Amino acid sequence: MSTTPDNAHAAFMEANLPDARGHFGIHGGRFVSETLTAALDELQATYLKLRDDADFQKAFDSDLAHYVGRPSPLYYAERLSNHCGGARIFLKREDLNHTGAHKVNNTIGQALLAKFMGKKKIIAETGAGQHGVASATVAARFGLECKVFMGSTDVERQKLNVYRMKLLGAEVESVTSGTKTLKDAMNEAMRHWVTNVDDTFYIIGTAAGPHPYPMLVRDFQSIIGRELKEQSLEQLGRQPDALVACVGGGSNAIGMFYPYIKNPEVALYGVEAGGLGLDGDDHAAPLNKGRPGVLHGNRTYLMEDENGQIMGTHSISAGLDYPGVGPEHSWLKDVGRANYVAATDDEAIDAFHKLTRLEGIMPALESSHAVAYGMKLAKTMSSDKVIVVNLSGRGDKDIHTIAALDGVTA
Amino acid sequence: MSRINGLFAALQAQGKKALIPYITAGDPQKEATVPMMHALVEAGADLIELGVPFSDPMADGPTIQLACERALAHNTSLKDVLAMVAEFRTTNATTPVVLMGYLNPVERMGYDEFAAAAVVAGVDGVLLVDLPPEEAVDVEDSFKSRELDMIYLIAPTTTDERIETIGKAGSGYVYYVSLKGVTGSKALDVDDVARNLDRIRKHVSIPVGVGFGISNGATAGAVAKVCDGVIVGSAIVNRIAANADNAELARQQVSELIAEMRTAMDQA
Repeated sequence: MSTTPDNAHAAFMEANLPDARGHFGIHGGRFVSETLTAALDELQATYLKLRDDADFQKAFDSDLAHYVGRPSPLYYAERLSNHCGGARIFLKREDLNHTGAHKVNNTIGQALLAKFMGKKKIIAETGAGQHGVASATVAARFGLECKVFMGSTDVERQKLNVYRMKLLGAEVESVTSGTKTLKDAMNEAMRHWVTNVDDTFYIIGTAAGPHPYPMLVRDFQSIIGRELKEQSLEQLGRQPDALVACVGGGSNAIGMFYPYIKNPEVALYGVEAGGLGLDGDDHAAPLNKGRPGVLHGNRTYLMEDENGQIMGTHSISAGLDYPGVGPEHSWLKDVGRANYVAATDDEAIDAFHKLTRLEGIMPALESSHAVAYGMKLAKTMSSDKVIVVNLSGRGDKDIHTIAALDGVTA
Repeated sequence: MSRINGLFAALQAQGKKALIPYITAGDPQKEATVPMMHALVEAGADLIELGVPFSDPMADGPTIQLACERALAHNTSLKDVLAMVAEFRTTNATTPVVLMGYLNPVERMGYDEFAAAAVVAGVDGVLLVDLPPEEAVDVEDSFKSRELDMIYLIAPTTTDERIETIGKAGSGYVYYVSLKGVTGSKALDVDDVARNLDRIRKHVSIPVGVGFGISNGATAGAVAKVCDGVIVGSAIVNRIAANADNAELARQQVSELIAEMRTAMDQA
């Protein structure tokens, strides 16, 4: 299990990760109570078979094209670039997907898996509500019964998304245990799954959790990076110099990074939620300030106290408000392939306003963290360089938060 | 012979089954735990599963989630739990104690440091709910060299092949989770448990305890007929929660439940 820095790089270059048991270096794996092992084995076997199945891939590609609206554009943000001075900034427009974020790439894939496995019920956890909405959406699309677990604090601050899920026919279960946020919603979804494992499929929303979830979520989201490779060649005649994506659990980032992992000339930047600043405890930046531990079925960097208890986190963006991170990011950090940085609440809000005013694009507060760092990075690079920022979601859901900060009751 | 092996051997010789209560350490106060452990033994418990509170008890129902929250409200740490076992051992050298919880607090302390401290404190075994044998290679090295028993779970969904793996990896006893669900679930089906116990015994030579869904003497007595140990958690923790401001009353009510189960099991 142990990996020294020396052999880590060699292992990285030849590895096709995760290994058979879901490990990315020391990270990942499957840390669950025994009842779930059989279900995860079944999911893994089904996925490995369907991954190379022509009918499955055809159904997935067809829905990505005609239901989600892919490929998403690669857009040159010229006025934003000129404002920053330095590298040219491009945006990968995942915000233009059906339901308004990258989340649907994964929920389509997992709902198809559920259908192929004959499961009629799906469950999902959600923080901001984006994954909940994307799950409720595909449940309607495929005629599945859907239950979404959401911390009671988030239910309160994301009322519109709760209503949206109900309109789509999903049942929203308010979770009142622990910190009443995303991590507790995930605990409760796991508990429900353990109890209803025979007929229920659990659609995890990020590239974390027990194996095989980090692998299959990454694979479904990798459409982002694969498209980007083609679009870069077409539009730029070459690949970008740097990719920037926000990281909560990290599914939009790993989807963008994964096809580029073995292109070392392309720099990768994951942007965590710096909250009120990395010096205090009010942030959600486990890759910057945490240490490896075990939560929600995988080993990964975590925000924990000296006794191994998981800490509450803070971010202006509910979607990044999570104490862990997908295990592949932890591995990319350990081997030095990706850089993990942070943007504070204030930097993200500033980036939200800049992109809105300069380009007429309102980014989600999650994605605003990536925009903030992309702007900072652009200033340090020359004008012949290209940065692509993953604009993972649109900001409609965050208008209330922004309005409240401006003292406007919308 | 380890305390756990000795216990099961002695009970077998007497034709009796082990009664194994669970409590969460530090619930509702740190100072309530050791007196409660002694009360459990006095009322007829054979082995104590002492819960190490965790912030994210993914496999537990509301009863034990709330117990963890009460214990963590005053920061009951793994070190505190080890200190409680050491205090218990000053007057009880015979009743085995198994720590039950989640991996992360143990991982944070360090496997070796934890195993060494646990043995010094007088812990006999460890059950980590989210640590299946496939991920336990390093932990087992630390535990086995110190003769700490590693107790694993078997579930209704566990395949025969895995039962065999778990039976070989574990020591002391295995914990059969009687139903698909979390702790504190209601309906245990004794016939179903009996069928699964037959299946388990084909592959497992160490004693088998059964838990989840056992809340009264009648169920304890019925389950005792088909297994080696009866594990009861949420029913006890509910009585502790109901008397959170009166430790003496909590001990009295818990003792009554344990005595009822003891009687039912011994008559079975």
